[in-house]
Amino acid sequence: MYQWDFGILWSYRWLFLNGLGVTVGFTVVIVVLGLVFGLLGAFGTLSRFKAVRLIALTFIEAFRCTPILVQLIWFYYALPILAGVEMTPITASALALSLYGGSFYSEIIRGGIISIDRGQSEAGAALGMTPGQAMRRIVLPQAIKRMIPALMNQSIIQFKNTSLVSVLAVPDLVYQSQVAAHDSYRPLETYTAVAVAYAAILIPLTILVRRGEKRLAVGE
Amino acid sequence: MSDTSKIEIRALRKSFGTNEVLKNINLDVAKGGVVALIGPSGSGKSTLLRCVNLLVAPDGGSVRVGETRFSFGEGARLPDVKTLARFRATTGMVFQHFNLFPHMTALQNVMEGPVTVRRMARADAEKLARAQLAKVGLAEKADQYPATLSGGQKQRVAIARALAMEPDVMLFDEATSALDPELVGEVLNVIQQLASEGMTMVIVTHEIAFAREVADRLIFMRDGIVVEEGPARQVIDNPKEAATRAFLSHFHRTGALAPANAAS
Repeated sequence: MYQWDFGILWSYRWLFLNGLGVTVGFTVVIVVLGLVFGLLGAFGTLSRFKAVRLIALTFIEAFRCTPILVQLIWFYYALPILAGVEMTPITASALALSLYGGSFYSEIIRGGIISIDRGQSEAGAALGMTPGQAMRRIVLPQAIKRMIPALMNQSIIQFKNTSLVSVLAVPDLVYQSQVAAHDSYRPLETYTAVAVAYAAILIPLTILVRRGEKRLAVGE
Repeated sequence: MSDTSKIEIRALRKSFGTNEVLKNINLDVAKGGVVALIGPSGSGKSTLLRCVNLLVAPDGGSVRVGETRFSFGEGARLPDVKTLARFRATTGMVFQHFNLFPHMTALQNVMEGPVTVRRMARADAEKLARAQLAKVGLAEKADQYPATLSGGQKQRVAIARALAMEPDVMLFDEATSALDPELVGEVLNVIQQLASEGMTMVIVTHEIAFAREVADRLIFMRDGIVVEEGPARQVIDNPKEAATRAFLSHFHRTGALAPANAAS
């Protein structure tokens, strides 16, 4: 029978905290950047111009339909050669994860926008609004409400996806725990603790999302 | 027609795909005139109304409201979004399904046009909006959201919203068709009041008795053409065309007000 000894992890606490900080900070960056890409992608697919729609769709499908692990490696090893630019592991992985997340966000945002009845933007237009004004004042405020639960879910997935950046030696929680596991010869305790750490952050968040969903459903 | 006409439509054509819904339509509405558009579903009357404020872009012909004229067809460029928006700000439209903004209170709905489009100061816009709500008899509902209002109240807020832009003309697209029968009257009363104040209006409706009462001219459309046109009472009481007679007979058989089969 294996003798569990979690006490051994205490001496690595700063390493873990450091890793957790990187993971959380990284998530914030890729969620924000991802939302920007998502918004661009959504408006791109809804554009009046066919060329813009095509470009947006190509990007979205390229990132939605390839594995994120492959994208991370490709961005770090292949893109610098193709584009002739050096990228740090952090830049490469932030870019890959943001674009990956953005491709899913853009589908959520697009779906939210087109779920709003056409009569709403028509009513705005009849008042004399430009399409941009109708989008900002009438359609988006309603659409965002419907998007929020799905956007939160996708962000939770993004939080977990940051664990993959350890393959590019970005010092996130998983990477630091690998260091700790090798050093202590206690991988079971280490990875169990890491799993618990992720869950401890995400479970309260998912509860929040579920509450939010219920509140929004009442408002409909 | 005369120089006093507020709306002038010439040789208007519109197709959706291969389906030609408007075939060479001419229409004049005098200043302060009320024109009722009637006809069976698919006759093109709603499309015609939507061409007046260019929510639907015609394929050919011309549309003039007040001093602004747009021509369509060969060689004519579609107006840009800013020009269109400015033009639509001078025409009010009321929709069958109200299309109130559900994330805003009744007051905010009515303020939205003045604030966003006319760049009016909020305090002035609120004063204007409250006055318009009072006019449609809903001053005390100002702070309620559309979801808590009845259909008739929603439509009256929608009318107030359109009036807050202080439009030159008002367009009504089957404004009472989605209402329960007992709520139709309150909306018709508001429209009638507008007519008596001299508002220029085009009304697409199935309320034949109302059209007879309020409209001075009546246009009967079928299959994308104007079949018959004339003073409202004359056309309703003594239709000349067989098609008009056939259409109106649906209403006469079951009394003056719209029966179930008139729902679009």
